[in-house]
Amino acid sequence: MKLIVTRVLSVIPVLFGLCVLSYTLLAMIPGDPITAMLGMDATPEAIAALRAKFALDEPLPLRFISWFGHLLIGDLGRSIQSGRPVLSMVMTAMVPTMQLGLAALLISLVIAIPAGVISAARRNSVADYSVSLISLAGLSLPSFWLAILLVLFLSIRLQIFPSSGYVPIGEDPVGALRHITLPAITLGVAMAASTMRMTRAAMLDVLNADYIRTARAKGLPFRRVVWKHALRNALIPVTTLVGLQLGQLMGGVVVTETVFAWPGIGKLTVDAIFARDYPVVQGAILASAVLFVFINLATDLLYATLDPRLRKRA
Amino acid sequence: MTPLLAAENLVKSFSVSTGWGKPKRFYAVDTVSISVERGRTLAVVGESGCGKSTVGSLLLRLQDPDSGSIRLDGEDAMALDSNGLRRFRRRVQVVFQDPFASLDPRERIREVLVRPMLLHRLCDRPEALKRAAALMEAVGLSAEQLDRFPHQFSGGQRQRIAIARALSVQPDLIICDEPVSALDVSVQAQVVNLLQDLQRDTGVAFIFISHDLAVVRHLAHDVAVMYSGRIVEQAPTRELFDNPRHPYTRALLAAAPRVEIQRKSHVLLTGEPPDPTNRIAGCRFAARCPYVQDRCTQEEPPLVPVNAAHLSACFFATTLPQVETLPDTLPGTSASARMAAYRRARDRQTQQAEDI
Amino acid sequence: MTTAPASHSLIRRLVEDSRSAFGMALVSILVLAAVFGPVLSSYAPDAADFMATLAPPSADHFLGTDDLGRDVLSRILSGARVSLLVGVISVGGAVLFGLPIGLVAGYLGGRTDAVLMRCMDVLLAFPGILLALGITAALGASLTNTIIAIAVINTPTIARVTRAQTMLVSSLDYVKANRALGFSNLTIMTRSVLPNALSPVLVQASLLLASSIITESYLSFLGLGVQPPTPTWGSMLRDAISFIDQATWLAWFPGAAIFLTVLGFNIFGDGLRDRLDPRD
Repeated sequence: MKLIVTRVLSVIPVLFGLCVLSYTLLAMIPGDPITAMLGMDATPEAIAALRAKFALDEPLPLRFISWFGHLLIGDLGRSIQSGRPVLSMVMTAMVPTMQLGLAALLISLVIAIPAGVISAARRNSVADYSVSLISLAGLSLPSFWLAILLVLFLSIRLQIFPSSGYVPIGEDPVGALRHITLPAITLGVAMAASTMRMTRAAMLDVLNADYIRTARAKGLPFRRVVWKHALRNALIPVTTLVGLQLGQLMGGVVVTETVFAWPGIGKLTVDAIFARDYPVVQGAILASAVLFVFINLATDLLYATLDPRLRKRA
Repeated sequence: MTPLLAAENLVKSFSVSTGWGKPKRFYAVDTVSISVERGRTLAVVGESGCGKSTVGSLLLRLQDPDSGSIRLDGEDAMALDSNGLRRFRRRVQVVFQDPFASLDPRERIREVLVRPMLLHRLCDRPEALKRAAALMEAVGLSAEQLDRFPHQFSGGQRQRIAIARALSVQPDLIICDEPVSALDVSVQAQVVNLLQDLQRDTGVAFIFISHDLAVVRHLAHDVAVMYSGRIVEQAPTRELFDNPRHPYTRALLAAAPRVEIQRKSHVLLTGEPPDPTNRIAGCRFAARCPYVQDRCTQEEPPLVPVNAAHLSACFFATTLPQVETLPDTLPGTSASARMAAYRRARDRQTQQAEDI
Repeated sequence: MTTAPASHSLIRRLVEDSRSAFGMALVSILVLAAVFGPVLSSYAPDAADFMATLAPPSADHFLGTDDLGRDVLSRILSGARVSLLVGVISVGGAVLFGLPIGLVAGYLGGRTDAVLMRCMDVLLAFPGILLALGITAALGASLTNTIIAIAVINTPTIARVTRAQTMLVSSLDYVKANRALGFSNLTIMTRSVLPNALSPVLVQASLLLASSIITESYLSFLGLGVQPPTPTWGSMLRDAISFIDQATWLAWFPGAAIFLTVLGFNIFGDGLRDRLDPRD
C-alpha cells in the first residue's frame, strides 16, 4: 500500500518537470510565430497587437507562471493558426491515437505471445532460432520503411487496404477497420519484436522453476503445463514490458500517423511544428508525455498487484 | 595515559520504512563506548547483525555517528578539516572480511601498495617501491609478485596483501573486520599469526571484530561483547573467558566450540534477538535470558564495573550461578586443537615462503 | 526439457558465433562505406542528371536514380556517413554527460543522487522521439541540432546504467578500503569505481547506437532532421513516397540500408553483452 502511494506521489515532481521543460523548450522556437501567422508584409501595429494578445513581450518565467496557472484549470491556450482551444484539439486527436494504439497492441500480442511460448517450449529448435532471428529483425526494422512497403504491396499493388486516412468507427465500422489495419500492423510489428523476446525469456525462467518440474513429474501433459501453468506466471513480467511499450507508442505514433495521414496526436504535433503553431506543439507534446507518465504509472501499479511477492511487501 | 583511540557514547541509527506513518529508527549502534591502547588488541564480538561492523565503520570515519565522540590520541576526530582527516586516515587503517572484494581487480599489487604511500607523501616513488617489496616480504609474500593482479592470488594471499596495504601507511591502529572468517581454517591460523607477529614487530594496535571466540581468545588482550547494538560485557580476555559475568557471554562461550556462533545451532540461545527498531524498556537480552527476573524487563541495566577491569550490563552480574567447566577449556576441544594448528601452520608458512 | 544434448549447445554456439560475425560484418560495411564512399561511387551524391531521372537499377546506376537523376548508390553511401556521424557523436555526447552524472549520483548517493536522478526522470518521462522532435523544433532542424537532440534523449539511459553499476561497485570492500586510506572522492570515482563499472555502460552505448541511427532517420524522414541537400537515408525515403508507384527502388534501398545497419549494431551489442555479462 505504502509502495503504491509513494509511486503515485513520485509522479508529481516529474509532471511539473515536464511542464517546465516543454514550456521552455517551445518558447525557444526561432522564427516568430506572429510573422508566420500574418505573413512578411504585416504592419508593425498588427504585429504589436498580436504580440500583446499572446503576451509574448513578457519575460519567460512570468509567461511560464501564467501559462502554468491556465494549465491547472485545463486551459492550454489557443492555436495561433486556427484559433481553436488547444485542449479540445488535443482531446479530439487522442481518440484516433488510442484506437490505433489498442489495435497495434492487439496485433503485437497475437503475434508475440504464441511465438514466444513456442520458442521457449522448444528451446534450441529450428523454430526457436527462427523466432529469435525474426524478433531481432523486427527490432531493427524502421517503422516508416515497413509502412511504405505495406502501402506498396497491400494498397498500391493489391489494393486491399487504403493507403491513408481515418474513418470514425461509428460511421462506417468496415471502413474504419480497413483504414486502421496498415498503421496498426506497422506499429504492432515493432512492439511484437520485444514482447516475443520477453515472453521467451520469462517462459524459460518459469519452465525451470520447481513447481513446473513437479507438475511435469506428476505426469501432466507438457502442452498443458506450458500453456496453462507456465504461461500464466510468465505473463507477469511480460505485462510490464507491454505497458512500457504502450507508453513508447506515444513516440512511435508520430511517424506512423504522419505516413498514413492518421489524424492523431502524433500528426497533430508534426503539423503544428511545421506551422510554427507553438501553443499546439506545447500542448500536444505535453499531453503525450503526461499520458506516457500515467501509462507507466498504471503499469507499475498493475505489476505490483499481479506479483504476489510485491503485494505481500506492500 | 590517553588511549590511542577512544570512542564515547556512539549512536548510529538508520531509518526503516515500515508502512504507514513515520519511518522507524533502527539503532544499529546504541550508546557504545570503547577504547584501545597502543600496541594492544581489542576484540569486539557478537552475533551477526549485532552492530559490531557498524562500530568498525564509525571508528574508521566511513560513516558519521548520530551522536558520540571519537578521539585519536585525545584529538577530536569528529571535527577534522580535510588535512586533519587525511592524517587520521593514515593512522587508522582497515582490513575487511571478503578477500575477493577487498582488492581492485584491475590494479596491480604494486600500485595497491605504492599509491597510499605517495598519497600521504611518506616517501618518493623509488623509495615507495622498495618499501612495497619489503611489505610483501613482511606479510609472507615475495617482491616478485608485485607485478601481479589480484586474481592471481589465493584468498589467504589476498588477505595478506590487504594487510600489507593497511601497513603501507604505517598506521597506529588497524581495524580488522572479520579478517579471517572467510578463509579456510589452516589459512586462518596463518593470517592470525601474521597479525600477531606484526603487532610484536611494529607496535600497531588492533580492533578485531569477530564472531569467532577461539580466534579472539588467542589474539586479543581485551574483549567487548556486543548484543543488539550495545556492549553487554567488557573485560581482559582471560578474565572474560574464565569468569563471564553476563548471561549472554555465557551463552556465547557455551556455544563456541561448535565453530561459529549461529543462532540455530546451539541450546542455550533460544529465541530471536529483539527487534532493533523497537527500543524496549528493560534488558535487551531478557527475552532469551535463562536467569531473567521481573526487574530485567522494566529497567535497562547499565554497563557498570564488577571489579577493576571488568564491566557487565547485568543486574545480577555478581550473583550469577557458578560457571560449570566450559567445554572449550578442556584439552582436545576444537579451540585448543586449532591453537595447536596455528603453531604447525606457522612452521609450514616459513616453509612455503621459501618455496615461493 | 532440462539438459540439452551436447549437439544442441554446439549448434547454438555455431549459430551465435556466425550471428556475431554477421553483425560485425554489417557494422564493418557501414564504417567502410562511410569512410570510402566517395571513392567507391563514380557519381557525386548531389549531381543531378535530367537525362536519367527515375532510372531503374542498371549497369550505369547500380541502384537506379531518383527524380532529379541523382545516383541512389552514391546517395546511400553518403547517407552512411551521416548516420554513423550522428550515431557515434550523439552516443558519445550522451556518455560524456550521462556517465559523470550517473557516477556522481551513484557514488555520493543521498540528496545529490535524488536531485540528479529526478532530472533524468523528467527527460525519461518524454517518449524519446517526441523529445527529440521538441528539441529540433526549438533549436531548428540541422545536423548539429539532430545530434544534440539525440544525445539529450540518450543521456538519462546512460546515467541510469552508470548509476546502478556505480552503486554496486561502491559497496565493495576495496572502495571502502580506499576511502579509509584517505583517497579523495574524485580519485576513487575515477580510478577505482569507473573502470570496474564501465562494461555494462559500453554495452548500453552500443545498443543506443542502433536506436540513435533509427531516431536520426525518423527525424530526417519527418523533415525535421538533417536538411537537404545533405543526403540522409530518412530523407531519401521521404522523397521516395511521392514516386512509390513508379520507382520502388527509391524505397527499397535506403530502407534496407537503415535496416541492415541497425540490425548490425543490435547484433553487435547483443554479442558484446553476452561477452561482458556472464550472468545473462
